[in-house]
Amino acid sequence: MRKLQVLLLAALLVTASFALVYYKVTHLGLPLLPGQQEPVWSVEAAIEFDGLATATVVNFDLPDDLGAYVLLDEFFVSRKYGLNVEDDQSDRRAEWSTRRASGRQRLYYRAEIAPKAIDATSQPQSNDAPIPPKKPVYPEPLQPAVQQILSDVRAESANVFTFASQLMVKLNDPAPDGNVMLIRGNIERGSAAWVERIIYVLAGARISARMVRGIVLEDRVANQSLIPWLEIHNGKRWEGFNPLTGNKGYPDKFVRWTVGSGPLVEVDNGRNARVSFAVSSYATALTKVASDRAEASASWLSALLTFNLPVSTQNLYRILLMVPVGALAIAFMRTIVGVPTLGTFMPILIAIAFRETEIVWGIALFVIITTSGLMMRFYLERLQLLLVPRLCAVLVLVVLLMLAISLISARLDLDRGFSIALFPMVILTMVIEHMSVVWEESGAGTAIKEAIGSLFVAVLGYLIMTEEHLTHVVFLFPETLLALLAVFIMLGRYTGYRVTELMRFKDIVKDGPSDARPHP
Amino acid sequence: MLGRIRKLRAAGVVGINERNRGYIMPRNPRALYGRVDDKVETKRLAMAAGIAVPELYGVIRSVHDAKDFVRIVENRTDFVVKPAHGSGGKGILVIAERRRSTYIKGDGTALSSAEVEHHIQNVLGGVYSLGGHPDQALIEYRVKFDPVFETVSYRGVPDIRVLVYRGVPAMAMLRLPTRSSDGRANLHQGAVGVGIDMSCGRTTYAVYHDRHIVEHPDFGTLLGGLDIPGWDYLLLLAARCQDLAPLGYLGVDLVLDAELGPLVLELNARPGLAIQIANGRGLRSTFDAIDAAAPLPTEAAERVALARRVFGATAGS
Repeated sequence: MRKLQVLLLAALLVTASFALVYYKVTHLGLPLLPGQQEPVWSVEAAIEFDGLATATVVNFDLPDDLGAYVLLDEFFVSRKYGLNVEDDQSDRRAEWSTRRASGRQRLYYRAEIAPKAIDATSQPQSNDAPIPPKKPVYPEPLQPAVQQILSDVRAESANVFTFASQLMVKLNDPAPDGNVMLIRGNIERGSAAWVERIIYVLAGARISARMVRGIVLEDRVANQSLIPWLEIHNGKRWEGFNPLTGNKGYPDKFVRWTVGSGPLVEVDNGRNARVSFAVSSYATALTKVASDRAEASASWLSALLTFNLPVSTQNLYRILLMVPVGALAIAFMRTIVGVPTLGTFMPILIAIAFRETEIVWGIALFVIITTSGLMMRFYLERLQLLLVPRLCAVLVLVVLLMLAISLISARLDLDRGFSIALFPMVILTMVIEHMSVVWEESGAGTAIKEAIGSLFVAVLGYLIMTEEHLTHVVFLFPETLLALLAVFIMLGRYTGYRVTELMRFKDIVKDGPSDARPHP
Repeated sequence: MLGRIRKLRAAGVVGINERNRGYIMPRNPRALYGRVDDKVETKRLAMAAGIAVPELYGVIRSVHDAKDFVRIVENRTDFVVKPAHGSGGKGILVIAERRRSTYIKGDGTALSSAEVEHHIQNVLGGVYSLGGHPDQALIEYRVKFDPVFETVSYRGVPDIRVLVYRGVPAMAMLRLPTRSSDGRANLHQGAVGVGIDMSCGRTTYAVYHDRHIVEHPDFGTLLGGLDIPGWDYLLLLAARCQDLAPLGYLGVDLVLDAELGPLVLELNARPGLAIQIANGRGLRSTFDAIDAAAPLPTEAAERVALARRVFGATAGS
């Protein structure tokens, strides 16, 4: 019964832990490996116009649904202009206004964007199906041409998407027939007017279509303009189409900026308005991107992300969260292997000290201080002092020893020697005291064995606690400690032999009861 | 390695982890630990139950009173200083002879009264106690051990450890001090353990530093085949200790005093496992047989009879 309870508890903890990790990796794109970087794109829109020396209002369409990208942050640069962002049901527009604008005016808007996490699709998010357009009344020369082409295409297609695709193939035919020529008129193919013309023809088949304009992310490209694209709704979802080929999909690295054929920018009392885009990218630690992404998508998890803490607190938790992982070394070495240590957590405290001093120096300094401390402790023993004052006396000696080592290494220009100061001296004192009692009571052998055991476990703990991948995962996914909790619970139920016991009890099975007894 | 595990399991050898989780945790209620960990309390309970223990000369409770030990041992020529909460024989000072204010230790070294006082202060300060808590120092009768063990014991006091499981003596061994154990009878400090056939009280195997030996490491005398005098009474005494502290997994340490006969030295709530090596057999089959005999008799004498039956029945396993 209790066994089942333990197993269930452990399974629950492991599941919860892994589920949280899985969610954070797939939905927030938190990296499982350290040092990963992801590009963040900076798209800058420059709005230029000639002011007419009067009150001016500039109305600019801001990106809302960026397709496969997510807006991390945005900046408005506009001196002397007041700014107001109107948010009208997922259609945001920036409105700059000023009392007087004369000469060439420049306003800037910059968006920082990053790709959505792995499993996010590039589908537009709005689900509500649009009302199909009314069949337009085409003017006379166009009417039969549109009729003809629509019925031709209908014969060759199976559904809305193949219908639209076929239509576009026909309209873009390099060797157009008369009907196509008529529909094309003198519209430049690939332009916004061209997309609108396709929408106009599709309306004849009562197919909902709309124009989107967006930008293709290409590093260090200035003076880009928006690329018009076509989106068609099949009753269930919107799908992008290349207006020049009829192929389904969007261009690579396409960021949807504005939906519909409305103007990108409107300027009241201004002339020659023009918008140009500049794109640049820079690499940012993946964790930062993931954190911004979590905030942008208002994930409840963003409150639980460790890297949203102040940096100093973060550094503290980078160490603190690893302590239980280091304790795993102790639990394993003590219950499974049976390595003797001085005290339970002493090795882990030594291991934390090693983080500061670096391992080789740490071991050397530890050995030097404990041996000399131990020698002095034996001398103090001869003076017959009471326990607590004697402990304090050892502490004084430890501090002075540390100082001596720092002074000597300063003389020798060994800056590593200074790191001795980072050793928790109280721990050193306790190690010395504990060791001397064991020394006296169980002999030098046991004391040295325990000291070496502690040092060994401390080194192991240090190696685990400073392992780059492990620290990264535990810091970004503290929920992994739940799985560790399960490991400890299971370890607590272990009743098998310790490795050292296999040696210890060797003689029982070597000449056990089956052999002749020496004296029956 | 796997082969060794299989063999040990087949021999019914109990490991530390299993002892802790399988026997100590379920059988020894924490609340009763005080009765065995505090030697003053153990002594009081034993005397109340009419169980023979070494006479208590006095208890020193505070640092101020440390020098009072001189007054306590005024009329004694020999005595023992013990921490009330010591474990594993830590902090025990045996004074075999006192010449005015010079104290001769069991091993022959001479101490001044200041040195004895310092030892007592260390005891009071908690140097030798479980968890390092401040402690009390007992001053008690020094056992004059029975000469039967003279040829196999290096100074110190040889004692008999009986492992009592649910009130039934399960296994026993004779513990003999050696030169390397500094006169102490604890196996992990280098004493020799000699297994005892529960049915007749005759010694069998011997263990020294976890390895089987045949002769005493200091004297070269044979360790097997010794007959423990008054074995029946010793077993009965061990079984009765269960009534002092109803711990299901209890170690009882007995000594044979030349003048006073068997005495209970102390009780242990976490007895070690080397007793298995000394007896050349694992504990599990014995424990299982005792569990199978439940409900266990309330009379100590009946439990001893059960112990004999169980030992005989499981000897070949």
